[in-house]
Amino acid sequence: MAPVAVVDDPLQFAAGPPPDAAPQPRALKPTFTRGDRTFRGICTAAAAVSLVIIVSTTVFLFAKAVPAVSSTGLKDFITTSEWAPAKDHFGVLGLLIGTVIIAVFALIVAVPLALGLALFINEYAPHRARRVLIGAVDLLAAMPSLIFGMWGLYAFQEPLVGVSKWLNQHLDALPFFRLSKDGASLTQSSFVVGMVVAIMIVPVITAVSRDVMAQCPRGLCEGAFALGGSRWGMIRDVIIPFGKGGIVGSVLLGFGRALGETIAVALIIVLSIKANPFVLEEGGGSIAGLIAVKFGEADNMEISGLIAAGFALFLLTLAVNLAARRIVARSRVAG
Amino acid sequence: MTTIDGTPSIDEFDRFDDLDGFGRVGVAEDAHAHEGVTAPGRTNGGSARNGSTSSGLDHRFDPPVPIGGPVEQIPSNPARMSRRDRNQLLVSAAAGCAASGLMCLVMDWRHPLTFVIWAVLWFLLCTWLMARDTTSPVVATDRLVTTLVWLAGMTAVGVLVWMTAFVAIKGIPGLSPSFFTEDLSDVGPLDPGGGAFHAIVGTVQQILIASVLSIPVGLLTAVYLNEVQGRMSSVIRFVVDAMSGLPSIIAGLLIYTVVVMPTGFSLGWGYSGFAAGLALAVLMIPIVTRTAEEMLRTVDNGLRESALALGAPQWRTVVRIVLPTARSGLITASILGVARAIGETAPVLLTAQGSDITNLNPFSGVQSDLPLFVFQLMTKSQGNEAQVQRAWTGAVVLLMLVLGLFTAARWIGGRGDRKRGIRR
Repeated sequence: MAPVAVVDDPLQFAAGPPPDAAPQPRALKPTFTRGDRTFRGICTAAAAVSLVIIVSTTVFLFAKAVPAVSSTGLKDFITTSEWAPAKDHFGVLGLLIGTVIIAVFALIVAVPLALGLALFINEYAPHRARRVLIGAVDLLAAMPSLIFGMWGLYAFQEPLVGVSKWLNQHLDALPFFRLSKDGASLTQSSFVVGMVVAIMIVPVITAVSRDVMAQCPRGLCEGAFALGGSRWGMIRDVIIPFGKGGIVGSVLLGFGRALGETIAVALIIVLSIKANPFVLEEGGGSIAGLIAVKFGEADNMEISGLIAAGFALFLLTLAVNLAARRIVARSRVAG
Repeated sequence: MTTIDGTPSIDEFDRFDDLDGFGRVGVAEDAHAHEGVTAPGRTNGGSARNGSTSSGLDHRFDPPVPIGGPVEQIPSNPARMSRRDRNQLLVSAAAGCAASGLMCLVMDWRHPLTFVIWAVLWFLLCTWLMARDTTSPVVATDRLVTTLVWLAGMTAVGVLVWMTAFVAIKGIPGLSPSFFTEDLSDVGPLDPGGGAFHAIVGTVQQILIASVLSIPVGLLTAVYLNEVQGRMSSVIRFVVDAMSGLPSIIAGLLIYTVVVMPTGFSLGWGYSGFAAGLALAVLMIPIVTRTAEEMLRTVDNGLRESALALGAPQWRTVVRIVLPTARSGLITASILGVARAIGETAPVLLTAQGSDITNLNPFSGVQSDLPLFVFQLMTKSQGNEAQVQRAWTGAVVLLMLVLGLFTAARWIGGRGDRKRGIRR
């Protein structure tokens, strides 16, 4: 067992620093034993596995996507919405738009609910309920999306269709709440999927934003109270400015989760390849749903097309997630 | 409701001390007035924020004479509702319902949602106006937001409870011993009986494979990030972040292209439980890493420094000091990874395809697992009751598995904290 650090030059230390030089901190040189080097090597190798996975995801998906994209043409792949394996033509525009529509609907409903729940847990809930609620939110963030999907299909859809009817009757001044024709089916629509996904991402957004807001120094909050501030005043002027980055980041994380949601979408929606502007009506697009639905009976070329679509989704979620992580990390450092 | 409003002077204070919270208007400004008055009686054991109210108790016996004349303000307890507040809330709720009902009657709106939305809007308006009338605009806004936050919190909690209860009610009637011992190989879609034995075998094998592969890698990566802190640290952290947001279907596609696909430059092993285990491992690594790293961060730095100061090399410090200290946290991290992987459907669909027949060999041939069992019964059932019932039973088993794993993780984590004297 060798010492971890040795003094650079023991003699100089013994003699004391030269009188005219300002005292300098001793230079410490880390020394590693052979065991240390092996240990560090093993850890580095394990850490490199993640790197290998991400790099190989990019490389392999890209390589396998090339046949489908080249037969369609990159421009047509991104700008058309036609899925015709017989003609070797794969266009994902409609599906991309459908994916984003579902995620945006989910966010509109989930963000107020999730932030309200986070504030409720942190600031309003009785002390004893708080621990239970935190546990429940963490548990629900780990709940399989399959269960959300089944509940959405069998329990949540019925009231949602009622909401769809209501939105259509009262808000049809807004173009996206119109129907293509009277009596169109309102089940299995982008709207229904969006609401189910919203319920699914509420725990995700709550878990992260609550965590960031809880890190607000208690002294600042007490100070706001001591100055005569109300609870809302304290939240508005202390907690929200403090946790702004974390809140934005958590919302983006929820957005990423909503974009990549597969099973709940595949269970509920009737897949439409073209972008469906009538969001209350049956049929909508989703890349992850497309892969799950079409994968079973696809031939080689179509599988290449599915992988290409998956690659597009991969890049989209990667960008959203990295932005989110960066914002959350920065807000933590600032705190 | 934190603001300090005008409250009775000390003399009046004494006079009203025995009364309970209501009917002593006429003194200064009301709601907050009597909240302040009743506060001393209630403060023992109250929240930390109202510590100063206990001084009001002392004033009763020994009224101090502050510089600016007699004390006129007694802080109220913001965490409690006075009786007046509660009555106001009830009155505005009733008013909201009544106004909304009247509107619906007059305008002949039939939809219940219309009623609910108008009722909530009127209720919020009444709450705000009443608070504004009896106190100040600041208090009114605060009360409005309090009501909104409670509404949001209750809605979220209610929906989540509804979901769990719904799955349990649908699934529990189908639970029977045969569900765990039979498979679907010779059960027609309309027959009774049959179970998820094949899926349970698949789940156990795939999760074991995934855990054996991913937990050591995840824990060592966490050690690398927190202890070794090598040159690649920032890159690895970036990559782990990127992986943790990866949609699960992308992990399935990756293993499909690398391992399963028969053509091109992939290994071409075909569908198997092992491939599914690999895909689940890809999903587990970032979860285990991130949680374990948080846990390692809580290990007291003094322990590390003491070990190093005694001359221990770094690897011994980590193996003998740091990891044992964080042991319960690391177990928690691993269990959370398993809990996430056990519910994943999409990657297994792409790598093991699923089947109705028990396949005990994870290294060759198609295999099912619990979530995939549920998903395929759901999508292929076409409204067939027996199949849907099996799916619900599978879902409830899955729910209980996740619940059990999660409880175990929290219990072990909490035990470790208690051992180290951390209270949560």
